[in-house]
Amino acid sequence: MVKIEAVIQPSKLDAVKDALLEAGIEGMTILEARGHGRQKGHTEFYRGREYTVDLLPKVKIEMVVSEDRKEKAIQAISGAARTGRIGDGKIFITRIEEAIRIRNDERGETAL
Amino acid sequence: MCRGVVRLLVFTAVLGSPIFLLAQGASGGPEAATQARIAALEQAVKTAQASSASAQTAGDNAWMLTSAALVLLMTGPGLALFYGGLVRRKNILGTMMQSFAMMGLVTILWAVVGYSLAFGHGNAFIGGFEHVFLRGVSLAPDPDYAKTIPEQTYMVYQLMFAIITPALITGAFAERMKFSAMALFLSLWSLFVYCPMAHMVWGVGGMLNASGGHFPSLDFAGGTVVHITSGVSALITALYLGKRIGYPKTAMPPHSLVLSFIGACLLWVGWFGFNAGSALNSGPLATSAFINTHFAAAAAALGWTIAEWIHNGKPTALGAISGAVAGLVAITPASGFVQPMSALLIGLLAGFFCFLMVFQVKSRFGYDDSLDAFGVHGAGGTLGAILTGIFAVSAINAAFGTDAAGNPIGTGVLDGHWGQLVNQFAGVAMAWGISAIGTLVLLFAVDKAIGLRVSPEEENTGLDLSQHGEEGYDFNT
Repeated sequence: MVKIEAVIQPSKLDAVKDALLEAGIEGMTILEARGHGRQKGHTEFYRGREYTVDLLPKVKIEMVVSEDRKEKAIQAISGAARTGRIGDGKIFITRIEEAIRIRNDERGETAL
Repeated sequence: MCRGVVRLLVFTAVLGSPIFLLAQGASGGPEAATQARIAALEQAVKTAQASSASAQTAGDNAWMLTSAALVLLMTGPGLALFYGGLVRRKNILGTMMQSFAMMGLVTILWAVVGYSLAFGHGNAFIGGFEHVFLRGVSLAPDPDYAKTIPEQTYMVYQLMFAIITPALITGAFAERMKFSAMALFLSLWSLFVYCPMAHMVWGVGGMLNASGGHFPSLDFAGGTVVHITSGVSALITALYLGKRIGYPKTAMPPHSLVLSFIGACLLWVGWFGFNAGSALNSGPLATSAFINTHFAAAAAALGWTIAEWIHNGKPTALGAISGAVAGLVAITPASGFVQPMSALLIGLLAGFFCFLMVFQVKSRFGYDDSLDAFGVHGAGGTLGAILTGIFAVSAINAAFGTDAAGNPIGTGVLDGHWGQLVNQFAGVAMAWGISAIGTLVLLFAVDKAIGLRVSPEEENTGLDLSQHGEEGYDFNT
């Protein structure tokens, strides 16, 4: 089992969700985040003083999938979120030790 | 027109009955009949005059009570929202509480002694104690101040001005003053700076009073009394207290320009009560002041917006609403003295001038007048007072009466009365002087007594939690 964490542009969330659904992946957690990589922020004005807002709104999608579906999920996310410009985001993969379904205490890949 | 119709009907009705009696053949001959008719006529005229006066009072009192409500609206929630939106989220309640506290505290002070100090008959500088606890302030008019409305209406109308003036100062020390110190400082300020200044400009015998003062100064609704005093006091307080932690490096943008926008619009509408209500009646002068107020606000919003568009490349919402407020401040002393086209010009000039004050002067000198109380009210009020001396015309308001030949005496420079500028400067100088000195003394005293500024930890936590144990917004529920 692997955990996929994807930081994407908020405007791409709907497209990514639809792509994942089409790929047969249903469980996910969405977080609102702020951050930046190499993307510059934007300037705002307050009383003539210019200041840079560089903590930009982002969306983080987290999901845990079985090893054999990992690549499909990654393709779905990348394909839907990509614009080709700086600021598209990143995907990180980590290994997951265990998954448990709270409702009936199922464990392992069947809990996903 | 309605009054004329009422008069005519009353006249006819009252006149009709005794004539009817006479027609039934009362004895006495033609001479006695004429006398009886004259007597009836006199009675009819008296009754018509009484009902006319009563209609006048009804109109005036209705407008004045409405105006008083509008001016209170300017403080709560107008100013509370305007300032509240401009501070960081952790200070929203603290900021609004400062305005609200004035609504409570100043009311009590005014009722107990403030009205007496401002409008009692004292000397050229301060009123007396004859009206403590509002003794002698009845529902009958006080002819010294407003002939057609109860004196209590006048008192409560003036109270709303006394409330908003210290509330304006809170903009200078936003986000860093203790609630207790603010309450004490502004209470004392209201008694020792506001009341004397109000007396000097509007009180009987005041040295700046347009009727008979030593330097008869034209200040229709309080450009000097309200805006210069609060603006200059704001500057002194900002300098004394020092900058907010992190200023100017840390960005401290407004947490909700939406609230500020709502507040500014409430201020604009409320200002109709502030200026047009200062006519103290519901007649044509109130109309003049109403129109001037609106025109100046609109022109100033435009002026600031254009200046900002050129200077920064984008017209901001904050700039537009600040511009409107600047125009309203500048027209305040002029509202009942100038023509509508002059009001447009005054507004336009105020928009540009206050923009420069905020953008150039503040950054050059580096003081942390957090919400631009000095830049808008102090500077705008000063500009407005001078422009009043230029644009006032007796055709709108013959404030200085008429001369021996019955011609109205010129009021401002447009009437040829250049000397008025001296009087206006006198008013401005007095406002600056009493505010600077009074504020400095009071700040020092309160600082020594209980300390003015919150601790650095409290400032970082925010006023809401540190001063009031509350949070303005709860995003967790």
